[in-house]
Amino acid sequence: MLEIKDLHAAVDGKEILKGVNLTVNPGEVHAIMGPNGSGKSTLSYVLAGRDGYEVTGGRIIYEGEDLTDLDPEERAAKGIFLAFQYPVEIPGVPNSTFLNEAVNAVRRYRGEDELDKIQFVKMLRAKTKELNMSDEMLKRAVNVGFSGGEKKRNEVLQMAVLEPKLAILDETDSGLDIDALKIVSEGVNALRSPERSTLVITHYQRLLDYIVPDKVHVLAQGRIQKTGGKELALELEEKGYADFVGEEAA
Amino acid sequence: MSATAETVEQVHSISGEKYKYGFVTDIAADKAPKGLSEDIVRFISAKKGEPEWLLDWRLKAYRRWLEMPEPQWSKVQFPPIDYQQYHYYSAPKSDDDRPKSLDEVDPELLATYEKLGIPIKEQEVLAGVAVDYVFDSVSVATTFKKKLEEVGVIFCPISEALERCPDLVRKYLGTVVPVADNKHACLNSAVFTDGSFVYIPPGVRCPMELSTYFRINEMNTGQFERTLIVADKGSYVSYLEGCTAPMRDENQLHAAVVELVALDDAEIKYSTVQNWYPGDEDGKGGIYNFVTKRGACRGKNSKISWTQVETGSAITWKYPSCILQGDNSVGEFYSIAITNNAQQADTGTKMIHLGKNTTSRIISKGISAGKSDQTYRGLVKISPKAEGARNYTQCDSLLIGDKCGAHTVPYIESKNKNAIVEHEATTSTISEVQLFYLRQRGIPEEAAVALVVNGFCREVMQQLPMEFAVEAQKLVGISLEGSVG
Amino acid sequence: MTAVSFLDGGLDGGRTLPGEGLAWLKARRDAGAERFDALGLPTPKLESWKYTRLRPLDDTHYTPIGDDADATEIANLPSVGDVAARVVFVNGKLRTDLSDLASLPAGVRFGPLEDILADDPAWAEAHLGAVADDTDQAMLALNDAMMDSGFVLHVAKGVALTKPLEVVYVGGLTDQAVAYFPRNLIVIEPNAQATLVKHHVGRGVGAYFANAATEIDVADGAIFKHYKVQAENMQATHVATEHTRIGRDATYECFNLAIGGLLSRTEARITLAGEGAHCGYHGAYMMRGKEHCDNTSFIDMAVPHTTCKQVFKGVLDDEARAVFQGKILVARDAQKADGRMLNKTLLLSDNAEIDTKPELEIYADDVQCAHGATTGQLDQTALFYLRSRGIPEPQARNMLVQSFLGDALQEISDETVREVLMDRVVHWLPAHCYLAGEWKESA
Ligand SMILES: Nc1ncnc2c1ncn2[C@@H]1O[C@H](COP(=O)(O)OP(=O)(O)OP(=O)(O)O)[C@@H](O)[C@H]1O
Ligand SMILES: [Mg+2]
Repeated sequence: MLEIKDLHAAVDGKEILKGVNLTVNPGEVHAIMGPNGSGKSTLSYVLAGRDGYEVTGGRIIYEGEDLTDLDPEERAAKGIFLAFQYPVEIPGVPNSTFLNEAVNAVRRYRGEDELDKIQFVKMLRAKTKELNMSDEMLKRAVNVGFSGGEKKRNEVLQMAVLEPKLAILDETDSGLDIDALKIVSEGVNALRSPERSTLVITHYQRLLDYIVPDKVHVLAQGRIQKTGGKELALELEEKGYADFVGEEAA
Repeated sequence: MSATAETVEQVHSISGEKYKYGFVTDIAADKAPKGLSEDIVRFISAKKGEPEWLLDWRLKAYRRWLEMPEPQWSKVQFPPIDYQQYHYYSAPKSDDDRPKSLDEVDPELLATYEKLGIPIKEQEVLAGVAVDYVFDSVSVATTFKKKLEEVGVIFCPISEALERCPDLVRKYLGTVVPVADNKHACLNSAVFTDGSFVYIPPGVRCPMELSTYFRINEMNTGQFERTLIVADKGSYVSYLEGCTAPMRDENQLHAAVVELVALDDAEIKYSTVQNWYPGDEDGKGGIYNFVTKRGACRGKNSKISWTQVETGSAITWKYPSCILQGDNSVGEFYSIAITNNAQQADTGTKMIHLGKNTTSRIISKGISAGKSDQTYRGLVKISPKAEGARNYTQCDSLLIGDKCGAHTVPYIESKNKNAIVEHEATTSTISEVQLFYLRQRGIPEEAAVALVVNGFCREVMQQLPMEFAVEAQKLVGISLEGSVG
Repeated sequence: MTAVSFLDGGLDGGRTLPGEGLAWLKARRDAGAERFDALGLPTPKLESWKYTRLRPLDDTHYTPIGDDADATEIANLPSVGDVAARVVFVNGKLRTDLSDLASLPAGVRFGPLEDILADDPAWAEAHLGAVADDTDQAMLALNDAMMDSGFVLHVAKGVALTKPLEVVYVGGLTDQAVAYFPRNLIVIEPNAQATLVKHHVGRGVGAYFANAATEIDVADGAIFKHYKVQAENMQATHVATEHTRIGRDATYECFNLAIGGLLSRTEARITLAGEGAHCGYHGAYMMRGKEHCDNTSFIDMAVPHTTCKQVFKGVLDDEARAVFQGKILVARDAQKADGRMLNKTLLLSDNAEIDTKPELEIYADDVQCAHGATTGQLDQTALFYLRSRGIPEPQARNMLVQSFLGDALQEISDETVREVLMDRVVHWLPAHCYLAGEWKESA
């Protein structure tokens, strides 16, 4: 599904990722943990193709194809979804309009028929219900005036609607109360299937109780420093990242 | 006596003297010769068989126009206008030449509608809209007249109104925009050829949206419509004005005047989608849109609401305004202006509070892209007698790209302590992260820009009548084509 | 040359002006006179003078101050307290007896313009007109031609002054109407820091016309705080033209408190010339009677990464009129500019008037700019609330006005100065007039 080989990436001329290696097979859930500023979000932006996040070395292979030259919307159409650490506000654009545009843009790209209004609304209602969200949120402008938790839930709703093959969740659990965390996790788990993979970026092993990962990686100082099973997350929670940060600094 | 001879005679009788300037124009001509002179003014008036008072009025305007300086205070820049290069009158050649049905309308015009997703035929049928097409200054088609007549609404070309209800026209014409208001309006007063007249009798709610599509289809024809809408006591009317113009090589002058009068408890809602040809990438060939629009809330509790979506013209110079005379009267201005490429727009409004408890609301959304330049210019004036007056202004600018400009020039003059004026303005850009977010969800860049811009304009879009809103939203996309990437 | 009707003797009244004999200065004066002659006195036909007419100049003949020394007795000069030095002018003339320049810190030059012209003409030549070189301002041209007083403040590289410097202008103590033309020159060298407080006080009832020009150069990394209290008398016409250039990573903070003067106008042109430059340009105005106060400013954000903030608040009573014209220009490519402007005015009387024009002119897209303006009266709900708690109406009004203006004064970062200015605000408040029976009910 996803193969990252010796990935180097720079922002504003500053190298942030310094040789990331990571392979995610179809159906797998991988967790990425790591100290603040270690490059987790940077990795997610690079995967999604944000302007200004320059790949300076290495390769990203997604379903056998090198992603480097693709626009963000092309990657999205190919099934890559990024739940943003800080979801963006788009004033004046109703959530439902935005989702409608997105769904149909992706369908057009794939050569599928666009959904008509009725089909779309039906689908959207169903997903909203599954996620225990109110219809009222669909009418409001994208993320404008949403609470932190609402924004995160909105990200998960978008994911449910767009049904990606590779979902990257950047700290989607931050700022969620326990009930919201459950709902969000259920949303993610509902999408789990042998063809879909998920990359979960988090600081808390608590989330991993709900979304049980196949592998846990530690990203520090621009590199994957350690890989293990679920138990690594527990260990990190206890000991922190001192080991990884210290090494290079020393 | 033939119509032509009659007209010639009329001209003679009105002027009461021989043509000083050796006026040689064939009165049967479809076009006045290029240029402007007193004789041309007489010609127009004669051609239209106007009453004497109106010719006098026109001549007065013409003489004032000669003396008046061009307005210098706006930010728009263009070479001096050669007023002598335009034809000030042109009519469709004959009945046979006129489009009898919409099938005969310029395909280019239809194509634009196609692009907008509104076939013009549908537009006509849509929601019982009565369409009064103005092709090169003379109305050639009016529909739905019957239904309007039943309730006593007069909706016809102003030239026809001069025959049907001359007293009404005379009573109100030029009372909101005086002859010498500004150079452009003054020119219009001298040479206006046609436009619409609307009268809504007391207590009548106009049963349909009234709509006029203007279009310029002859090379080098100045377009000088004059619109007069009078809403008598307790009446209501919603008027839609849409403009589109096909490609042109030379700048065309468009100096319209719109006057609105609302008496006690009456309401006028005036919506415009202006999509004149903006010229090529360098602005060459675009329309000069110098329009004077003003409404007078004469009566108590009256209301005038302007909504405009301005995406066209090489240069727009336009300030739809409200004079809030009647106590408790309300003025509104909702505007979206989009400029791209080399377009220039200097637009805004004036809210003049004279009566007690008058309120006004200004929501202006300006979007500049390409190397265009846009200015919001607004005046809120509270006179000493406007006890309890209130104004709220929100004025936002969005810049797309680093070659354009956005300017905000509000004037607030308050002479009443019980009045409250609030003005807010912001200038920002579409953030990179907003675009990235939308693109990450699969929406292509141009569509993402259009989505953000439509969101930015939403408050104003919501003010538009349904059928216009759809068109306007698509226009946003079309207007911004090529502004990113 | 056309006659300058408001000035006895026109533009050359035969008096000796400072710096006589300096050829360059003579050239500058002549050029100024020529420009003034060409431009004429500003009228409301000029966009930047749209709301202000120099009416007092229509029918008053002012006599430029002469060479004779002024010896008027003066007591109770305003002050912010513990200052490093001070210069005092009375009726436009320097008063060494009232000034205190004894203990100037090293690296600081502070004193009357005439001294610099005499002692260091080369420096003066290099700096005069270096920042104020605009050719479209008639009042600057007039000052160029006529400059006859004023001060110089020069802080050398890296010198950080801890105590403020003070300048006091006292006017109004003359029998006939006088005119003076102070030229102030402020140069804060790189990484230097200084605070200056200017007091303009009108004593007595004499008419005067002060046409000042101030040039301020805040070099790279420097910090300059500039506070002005304008409390002229009811016969005063006070026209100030200020030009400021702010260098890289430099900060200029300015506060104008205007509490008196028949006609006052401050026109500031500020250029943020270096990246990282910051400008805080603020003010408060409190006017009554027939006073007219005009604050006009133009802030040019000329390069990327600059910030500016403007807060102006005012209160107008009786037939007073205030004008606020603020313009922020963001130049093409001056990306990441952050410009904010706010103007709020309370009208306390039926006959007061505010004209405000907060303007943005923006040619760069990656900017954050906003402006806001409000006009209105005291919050009636708040007033009612206070009264319902037993506070008499006049006091309640004062409390509200005070907190309204206090908001603007928060922009003053120097605490001592802020307190002194707040005190002036409180003293202006109508409670004092109320006690004197002058407060007119305006509710
Ligand atoms: N535009 C930029 N210019 C320079 N440095 C940047 C830029 N954007 C991010 N960085 C730096 O890149 C590093 C990695 O940032 P990133 O956001 O990827 O960290 P993170 O692992 O997601 O941290 P967190 O756990 O706090 O979310 C940080 O040191 C950050 O300061
Ligand atoms: Mg992060």
